[in-house]
Amino acid sequence: MGPIDGVRVLDLTVGIAGPYATRLLADYGADVIKVERPSGDFTRGLGPFRGDTPHPEKSGTFLYFNTNKRSIVLDLRATAGAGVMAALIEWADVVVESFKPGVLERFGVGWDFIHGRKPAISLVSISNFGQESPYRDYEGTELTLYGFGGEMFSMGVAEREPVMMFGTAALVESGAAAANAVMASLFLTHRQGIGQHVDFSIVDSQFGGADRRHVASIAVEFAGRRTGRNPLDSSGVLRGVYPCADGYVEFTGAGTRLDRFREMLGHPEWLSDPRWDAPGAIFQADNAAEFDGNFYPWLYQHTKKEIWAKARDARVLCGPLFTIDELVADHHFRERGFWAAVEHPVAGSFEMPGRPFIMNASPWEVHRPAPLLGQHTREILSDAGIATDEQDRLFAAGVVA
Amino acid sequence: MTQHLPLEGIRVVDLCVVWAGTFATLLLGDLGAEVIKVENPFVLPPMTRGNRARPTKELLAATPASAGAYPGGEPGPRAWNYNPTFVSLYRNKKSFTVDWRTDEGRDIVGRLVAKSDAVVENNATETLEKLGITYDWLRSYRDNIIMVRMAAYGASGPYAQARALGVHLESVMGHTLLRGYRDLDPTSSTPIFSGDYLAGAQAALAVQMAVWHRDRTGQGQLVELSQAENASAMLSQAFMDYTLNGRSAGRLGNRSYYGFAPQGVFPCRGGDPAECEDRWISISVISDEQWRNLCELMARPDLAADAELATNAGRASRQDEIEAAIASWTRVQDDYSVFHRLQAAGIPSAPVLEGSRVFDDPHTQARGLYQPQTLYDDIGTFRYVQPFYQMPETPITTRQAPVAMGEHNDYVYRDVIGVSEAEYDDLKSRGHVSMDFDPSIP
Repeated sequence: MGPIDGVRVLDLTVGIAGPYATRLLADYGADVIKVERPSGDFTRGLGPFRGDTPHPEKSGTFLYFNTNKRSIVLDLRATAGAGVMAALIEWADVVVESFKPGVLERFGVGWDFIHGRKPAISLVSISNFGQESPYRDYEGTELTLYGFGGEMFSMGVAEREPVMMFGTAALVESGAAAANAVMASLFLTHRQGIGQHVDFSIVDSQFGGADRRHVASIAVEFAGRRTGRNPLDSSGVLRGVYPCADGYVEFTGAGTRLDRFREMLGHPEWLSDPRWDAPGAIFQADNAAEFDGNFYPWLYQHTKKEIWAKARDARVLCGPLFTIDELVADHHFRERGFWAAVEHPVAGSFEMPGRPFIMNASPWEVHRPAPLLGQHTREILSDAGIATDEQDRLFAAGVVA
Repeated sequence: MTQHLPLEGIRVVDLCVVWAGTFATLLLGDLGAEVIKVENPFVLPPMTRGNRARPTKELLAATPASAGAYPGGEPGPRAWNYNPTFVSLYRNKKSFTVDWRTDEGRDIVGRLVAKSDAVVENNATETLEKLGITYDWLRSYRDNIIMVRMAAYGASGPYAQARALGVHLESVMGHTLLRGYRDLDPTSSTPIFSGDYLAGAQAALAVQMAVWHRDRTGQGQLVELSQAENASAMLSQAFMDYTLNGRSAGRLGNRSYYGFAPQGVFPCRGGDPAECEDRWISISVISDEQWRNLCELMARPDLAADAELATNAGRASRQDEIEAAIASWTRVQDDYSVFHRLQAAGIPSAPVLEGSRVFDDPHTQARGLYQPQTLYDDIGTFRYVQPFYQMPETPITTRQAPVAMGEHNDYVYRDVIGVSEAEYDDLKSRGHVSMDFDPSIP
């Protein structure tokens, strides 16, 4: 059983951040009902598609972010849509949405509607800039939201423009942060009978996140020191990514102990001058030439896996830069049973990255693959207490599908 | 009825170091949990309270801003209490000290566990085992205790013993290779600690779920979060493309994973890049209508009339040319000016904000994201980032400014653990109770 079995989540989110938040809840046992518009979550139209042919049930993005959920197609623009929403709200313990601010109200099913029907449950609204902001109606994407709220300014090299993370990494971060707001809302409902309209802003969760953003701003506030991008050829010791015989390895100086480092290199006489033990020696650009003169030849003599094995033995901080295909095959994650097998009625069978974390008393599992568009409309209407003849009328009127 | 914060009444013992665990307990503290940091006056955790307990002014000046920018460039009275790398992650936490290397110190930790709901830790594998602090040991003090462990690669498997910070995990998990410029090799990559964000947020979620589960079943549990496995979610599209199609992804720079074009970061009017005064605007065009609006804004009817560029596929095939046109348009404008013009035309965009500018943006001002605060030590008043959860009925605020080591010694020993006066005096005399690192620590 999951740790939050029995929790009922009414999920009106689309895209990445919202669906990731609700997927985390679904993963651990919540019954998440995904309400889709007739054309479905727009991520059904984004790739990567199995076989590279666009198909709403074969989107890798949709399949990943919506595993373990059920789907109902409901047209909120239809007048009768509000009646179905009222029944679903009766069913739900919490509602999550990611429309642009004000859209849910325009459909007539906003916070007042929800609160009027079930005062003890919360609505968690996930949006770019929040429900109240001078930018509340502004558009955003992974790139623009991260560029604004996250510490992108100092990513990359000084000769070039700032550069983002891969894919939708920042939206995934924010989704996980939003999931905490949903759980906290459930505690509030369960323990105190309080419902509220939670305003979760993606950019705020980047300003306040654990990456280097808060460090860059406090460095300015404390000491007037700004954080920019270093020049491409900037010298320094253990400054990040290094080439090796078959790829790249990461060695970042912070936290590195030189005694262990010498042990890893197998040459205790290297870097043995006492000045290497002086505080801050590792940050001195002057020291880089001597350091690199020892380090680079050694790097080129070894593969990334060899280097990492030596680093692990010597307890040195290091990471090889694995490619996606290397990771999927990697024996560590295979041995740990990380990959989850999924059987999907249209997309077929495939593996996907598995559990976010392992709860010993309440294991993670794929209960069901991502839903087909409207796959559970009838059973969800029944769960919400809508009689069969009324369901027939809703189908006939095109309110549900 | 008096309203309580969502997680009020949940007590969390924080055995965390550096980023991920510290972020997890930050979110729990923000949401109302009582988080108690367990610190040791005889052990300076690497980086967490600073690289040195007593750095010199010269050393700070020679250290990158992230770790060297102490208030006014001075180490001040107790440098560890405002280490710039982590000070913002210490709000809404309490701190007490105990030398857990000793038997009586470990017993104090155990007695705290007996009064707590959950323990969170993200130390290197076996750090706690060597001290005898295992899940079974915690259970000997409280049977239904929850423990969340965040080993880098997990508690089992060939990499279980590997040391790692976020940057290494990101490398191992493919992130470092895949982010960055399309035309430069990965040595140009910059550490970012996105894995710490994600793992921290998920560990906080795991605590909440485990408490929910315990409230229903009476059962506590051990949660194991492998930060490496956890980080996979950020590359989910790349993993899915591989498992669905056998394709191994490459770097995209600032271009859209989904092929929306144009998308990029473009220069604006700015000052000296060496002073971080270069200015940039990020722009994403995700519809044909947005493209037409962009052409109109740029006064480029020629581009608007180009039939090939009317479709995303056509634009995707000519991105270099389009990006050059956008850059020549943005280069002479202020970033905020072009931001508002683009947004008025419905085009996703935003300035790429340099860290000194976050305080004065109309959005952060309107939402009160940065507020002046004073800390326990008198280092002056500075603006610190505030909790980002906005909950009107249960306002999420900074109830406790970034905490000083040992600031809550009296409260934790007397009121939480309930030691006698005699015992407290004895523990003090043995050095457990302190607001300073031992003088032997440089």
